[in-house]
Amino acid sequence: MVATRQVSPKGGDALVMVGTMKGAFLFRSNASRARWERGGPYFPGQAVYAMAYDGRAGRGRLWAAPESFHFGAVMRSSDDFGKTWSKEEEGSIRFPEDTGASLKRVWQIAPARAEEPDVLYAGVEPAALFESRDRGKKWSLVRGLWDHPHRPQWQPGGGGMCLHTVLPDPSRRERIHVAISTGGVYRTDDAGRSWRTAHKGVRAQFLPDKHPEFGQCVHKIARHPSRPDRLYLQNHWGLYRTDDAGESWKDVANGVPSDFGFGMAVHPHDPDTAYIVPLESDEFRCTPDGRLRVYRTRDAGKSWQPLTRGLPQKDSLETVLRDALATDGFEKAGVYFGTRSGKLFASRDSGTSWTQVADGLPPVVCVKTAVASKPGGRSH
Amino acid sequence: MKLTFRIPGPLLAFTGGRAVVEAEAAAGPVTVEAALGQLWRLYPGLRDRILTEQGQVRPHVNVFVGPDSIRDTGGLSTPIGERAEIAIIPAVSGG
Repeated sequence: MVATRQVSPKGGDALVMVGTMKGAFLFRSNASRARWERGGPYFPGQAVYAMAYDGRAGRGRLWAAPESFHFGAVMRSSDDFGKTWSKEEEGSIRFPEDTGASLKRVWQIAPARAEEPDVLYAGVEPAALFESRDRGKKWSLVRGLWDHPHRPQWQPGGGGMCLHTVLPDPSRRERIHVAISTGGVYRTDDAGRSWRTAHKGVRAQFLPDKHPEFGQCVHKIARHPSRPDRLYLQNHWGLYRTDDAGESWKDVANGVPSDFGFGMAVHPHDPDTAYIVPLESDEFRCTPDGRLRVYRTRDAGKSWQPLTRGLPQKDSLETVLRDALATDGFEKAGVYFGTRSGKLFASRDSGTSWTQVADGLPPVVCVKTAVASKPGGRSH
Repeated sequence: MKLTFRIPGPLLAFTGGRAVVEAEAAAGPVTVEAALGQLWRLYPGLRDRILTEQGQVRPHVNVFVGPDSIRDTGGLSTPIGERAEIAIIPAVSGG
């Protein structure tokens, strides 16, 4: 039986949560991020598409949504960095009976704003948003989105009919953006009661009508925390930026080898800097030319530059999935990504140079970062 | 009537490690659904692992009464007789 290694982060340590097709891992380092220690696998054998860290209100809580192929997906949390986890039957996400729907997968766990420390969101498959107002003990379906007239016509992409990104606006209490494949970007300005599309200008390359009312296959959106009306978007073909919270999107695929890809992340301090990992095409979802290149813009998408130092540039046919690229919040920003082939790469100089932190992991489906808020073990 | 349930390894956390669980059901004709209800009564957390929230057996879980899969005998409505043994076994499918 596989042995699970444990780590014991201290306050201020860097944490990288890695969800894979066969379990979850927790990497820790001190703030220098020069050497990494690996904990896990937690939930060996189960797919973990969603992880999060909730450091609000004095907590230091890891979240994961392990999914048994046979027995379904559950929500688990840990207040001691993975040494012990909440019981499987606690805090389940369940569709109400009248919906006729059954939970297939949890794609995203998102703590709400710091001012609402008891609120969490979860994006799931089939595409729906759930909300908890008691720190994850009970979850309820956000009916405003479920009842949206578009929903019955949303179509699943290759990953399934998923609501994969949830971005509460840090500056506007009742605004949340979500992204759905394929539905598009939807926004609420009244805490989930009503929703409207927020993807004007985003093309649907794969439909006869390239600008439908909805049906865009948005792979990822990323919001800049200090300029919340600015978001970047990686589409199923297409790279976009909005400066007005999704009212209009501008094509920013300038100087990239392909505008197909999945992951998208923003620099924690500079709203003009964002990261992507272009893939060749929807036919061949691998890095172009056998070169593993992260592309970075420092001018809000007017131009993109390849980042290659420390990344394999020969015979490297890698795939980076939609939630497997992330930045951290340190002054000198860290950037991280995981591959379908089980490699984890990290940069501690905003992407300029890279080191391989892990190899031989199961296929990586999610990479999330946090700064450990305390040594761990404190109760709810 | 007496019911015997066989619980698979991945679900033993819900039964305190018991791989065989015995329960009593009301006398008379009983269905698999009613029998499983007795199991949920003892171990409520098991229900959502074996059934979806809509009450259907999960697609990759097999439930047997004796040697027969209930998929071939009427699903949850399958009647069971005296001294029934119900085995819950994950399908061989998996990734």
